Amino acid sequence: MSAISASEKVDGFTRKSMRKAQKQRKSQGSSQYRTQSAPVELSPLPQLKDAPSTEQQELFTQKLQQCCMLFDFLDSVTDLKSKEIKRATLNELVDYVSTNRGVLVETAYPEITDMICTNIFRTLPPSENPDFDPEEDEPTLEASWPHIQLVYEFLLRFLENPDFQPSIAKRYIDQKFVLQLLELFDSEDPRERDFLKTILHRIYGKFLGLRAFIRKQINNIFLRFIYETEHFNGVAELLEILGSIINGFALPLKAEHKQFLMKVLIPLHTAKALSLFHAQLAYCVVQFLEKDPTLTEPVIRGLLKFWPKTCSQKEVMFLGEIEEILDVIEPTQFKKIQEPLFKQISKCVANPHFQVAERALYFWNNEYILSLIEENIDKILPIMFGSLYRISKEHWNPTIVALVYNVLKTLMEMNCTLFDELTSSYKADRQREKKKEQERDELWKQLEELRLSNPTLVHGQNRKILKNNNPRYGPSDSSWDNEGKTCSQLG
Amino acid sequence: TNLQQRRREGPAAALLWQKPRSAAQQRHSVTAILSKMAGADGDDSLYPIAVLIDELRNEDVQLRLNSIKKLSTIALALGVERTRTELLPFLTDTIYDEDEVLLALAEQLGNFTMLVGGPEYVHCLLPPLESLATVEETVVRDKAVESLRKISQEHSPVDLEVHFEPLVKRLASGDWFTSRTSACGLFSVCYPRVSSTVKAEIRQHFRTLCSDDTPMVRRAAASKLGEFAKVLELDYVKSDIISLFTALASDEQDSVRLLAVEACVSIATLLPQEDLETLVMPTLRQAAEDKSWRVRYMVADKFSELQKAVGPEITKNDLVPAFQNLLKDCEAEVRAAAANKVKEFCENLPEDSREQIIMTHILPCVKELVSDTNQHVKSALASVIMGLSTILGKDNTIEHLLPLFLAQLKDECPEVRLNIISNLDCVNEVIGIRQLSQSLLPAIVELAEDAKWRVRLAIIEYMPLLAGQLGVEFFDEKLNTLCMAWLIDHVYAIREAATCNLMKLVEKFGAEWAQNTIVPKVLGMANDPNYLHRMTTLFCINALSEACGQDITTKQMLPVVLKMSNDQVANVRFNVAKSLQKIGPVLDSNALQTEVKPVLEKLATDTDMDVKYFAQEAISVLALA
Repeated sequence: MSAISASEKVDGFTRKSMRKAQKQRKSQGSSQYRTQSAPVELSPLPQLKDAPSTEQQELFTQKLQQCCMLFDFLDSVTDLKSKEIKRATLNELVDYVSTNRGVLVETAYPEITDMICTNIFRTLPPSENPDFDPEEDEPTLEASWPHIQLVYEFLLRFLENPDFQPSIAKRYIDQKFVLQLLELFDSEDPRERDFLKTILHRIYGKFLGLRAFIRKQINNIFLRFIYETEHFNGVAELLEILGSIINGFALPLKAEHKQFLMKVLIPLHTAKALSLFHAQLAYCVVQFLEKDPTLTEPVIRGLLKFWPKTCSQKEVMFLGEIEEILDVIEPTQFKKIQEPLFKQISKCVANPHFQVAERALYFWNNEYILSLIEENIDKILPIMFGSLYRISKEHWNPTIVALVYNVLKTLMEMNCTLFDELTSSYKADRQREKKKEQERDELWKQLEELRLSNPTLVHGQNRKILKNNNPRYGPSDSSWDNEGKTCSQLG
Repeated sequence: TNLQQRRREGPAAALLWQKPRSAAQQRHSVTAILSKMAGADGDDSLYPIAVLIDELRNEDVQLRLNSIKKLSTIALALGVERTRTELLPFLTDTIYDEDEVLLALAEQLGNFTMLVGGPEYVHCLLPPLESLATVEETVVRDKAVESLRKISQEHSPVDLEVHFEPLVKRLASGDWFTSRTSACGLFSVCYPRVSSTVKAEIRQHFRTLCSDDTPMVRRAAASKLGEFAKVLELDYVKSDIISLFTALASDEQDSVRLLAVEACVSIATLLPQEDLETLVMPTLRQAAEDKSWRVRYMVADKFSELQKAVGPEITKNDLVPAFQNLLKDCEAEVRAAAANKVKEFCENLPEDSREQIIMTHILPCVKELVSDTNQHVKSALASVIMGLSTILGKDNTIEHLLPLFLAQLKDECPEVRLNIISNLDCVNEVIGIRQLSQSLLPAIVELAEDAKWRVRLAIIEYMPLLAGQLGVEFFDEKLNTLCMAWLIDHVYAIREAATCNLMKLVEKFGAEWAQNTIVPKVLGMANDPNYLHRMTTLFCINALSEACGQDITTKQMLPVVLKMSNDQVANVRFNVAKSLQKIGPVLDSNALQTEVKPVLEKLATDTDMDVKYFAQEAISVLALA
């Protein structure tokens, strides 16, 4: 007990970073092997390369069956010999399918997929660390990786074998197979997700009949992630695959794809963990816009709808994405969206968090954006002027003030007359705004009086409360405060 | 209306439709409403209302939100007819707003029945709520469904069939999954009050949604399966619900299967005992051995409910082995959930075989869990294991449970030890605490110094109980030092609890004991260099004076308090004033007049304004002015 410092006695709860530093790198197994009966000891089979060619196929099958045996890797002392035999056999199998031609005979397909399914398809164990923060915490690694890695390797070589025939394989690599494969993307182990990404990409490429199904299931995973669990480890990997898929979409885009963009990709921006997959997400969005520029307006409106309200880090990401979009925007599309967009940008440059303000002000370093602004200066300058003028005087951060001066100068050069007009009317405008605000306050007060002085209103209100007789739904204006759950875009 | 239009045009059109209308259009509609509502009849009293409605369109979300929260006021001012003909259509248009605004709107509309003219007109509220029930954001949608469920009760049976049920059908066959998930929550509220033809349709819709393509919809259906079963006629439960239940319980997604476990409880309750074996048990058995730990976890978590629902016979034959397996599950999460249910499960066993089942089947598993590798499992067990003693009685407790309690008391994880100590009272009732005392002590001492102040706090709260059980001698010898040490803890909450603890101890052991053991130590702290400790003296005196009585208070405590009025720290001085006010009633009037009054008068002229304030307050409360 003497080891506990006084400060720790006061706090009791040590700092997160300290607690984490003490933790060791952990690994975990799946619960799958335990459902099997205890493993039987494996005995080594002869090498494939040493077997006469007539017996090779039979030996190949035997080895595949041998590799269906699963071992407990959390227990590092048991079955050492068998584990080693399986590892060596898997290595040999990988080698066999990648270097030899003519080994993928039709009868081998079910044996191969059976071995793969037995090894990789498993219920992922509960996370060791329920509040796992992928940015800060070490991921829990898969204990049986020494075997699983080789099985993934084998699957990949199998798919890439020049003799591989999707028409035969589709009997085994079917919807159910894909569904189980997709569930594995939730693995905490980044090595596993990386393999899965490549494998799913190959499957998408080779099995035309599964494409729509794969897209739909990814859809479902994302929707569940957005609206139900907010937890899925493989979002970035799936988005990366989608990025390359979107590239290949035919024009005009199908309604299904547009719906995916608007109802899945855009709401994905609301996720708490956006930083983990934002790069991939923004890439997908830009891919869509490059395919079909008419989607620019709904996309930008969507982003504005979900614009972060309290999370500056996310706001910086949104600004980054907007710049990526503006880089490819067509001038006609820009005109459609400039007003709401620059209202948001004008709020961003006035953000007290200097990184947000800075990121927004960097737009003025972008030649193409500058040319768009110049073209529409009469619309944009009035929107931006108030904010810029105010922060040039008020912002606490000198870098921001310097940047703002540059921006004001650029804008002034674009339309000097308008700039002068706005400068001279600035005060009057502010006063008008203030007056409007006062009027609003006044009205709220009047309303309150009206409600109180009007006996029917008060009476009606009472009756309503009595009738409901349920405090949660009592006076409607207070119930908002009781609402614990925040909407996602608050994050 | 817009809704119908959207339905006709399908999902692609819905996308376009969703974008906000142009500023010009917006302005037009607002102006129209404004002139209709305020300008036209020149009614000044309605002017603010018109502005509020204007604010529903304001660019600033906060202002829109404020306005929407005053919606009932707006409606009251407009009157029922204009609310129906003008406000509601207007609101149905606003649906594409920020989710915060929509959430407020969805909630408001659930309370709008009187504002549209009573139950006769309640169906006017359906169009905006229908739109809200299709929104993506789950919070909004759930609120809309909640409001729809609420107002469904206010529909007459005819209106229910004419207006409400068609809405449910539209939602159930919507293109996008959101409307179909919302529909799942509405079947059960209209089913009991519609004709048998409509009932058949509703059953068909529910069936369809249970095998929906989208897992989100199947999850919604599975989560409402139990609720829907409850309103169905028994024959349909057997013919319809069971097959749906079986299908959902073997869904390819474990997130669907686990929801079927929840439904299992309701369904089993509805069925007669003789049907359970064939209709429910195969599925339940399968769930208890599901390959996904999430499903097994759910079974463990709902185990007591399941046990009650299936009755004693099935419990004996099926649930006991299932429970054993869950207690031995390979995933710690599942074991912890099952461990949490040990006491409840044992309690609910049929009386005739309870003891035998526990001793031969449950206890061996429990013994293994005591040394589980996972601390959550041990901690879950520790929170309920003491409850077994009342079920098993004195002899079994001493022979079988006591070693387990003691093992857990020595556990390396403080949470496990704390859970045991927090539940001492159950064992106490059965065997008395003496049995435990020797083994308890080291654990208590260690927890009393735990780094987490909440753990220390919990231990303090058990002190009076322990003291009462162990007796004064044992207490003085072993625990008194601890109690005094807490008085100088770093954390105020601990010092406060320690003070309160002393008071309870004095109430137990009496004034004489206090005078000999506690009071000298407490008063000694008055000279401590740390002003926080000096204040603790005052707090203790506040707490103890009444229990110690006039004699001790006047002779021993009062002089110390009075002396402290010269303390250099203002906080101590104003606490002197507060203490004097507190102990005043215990003192005799002579001491009050001759000793307390002059000190308070002096404090009332202190340079510190807080000291002055509390001194004056004490003077007036004690009527010394």
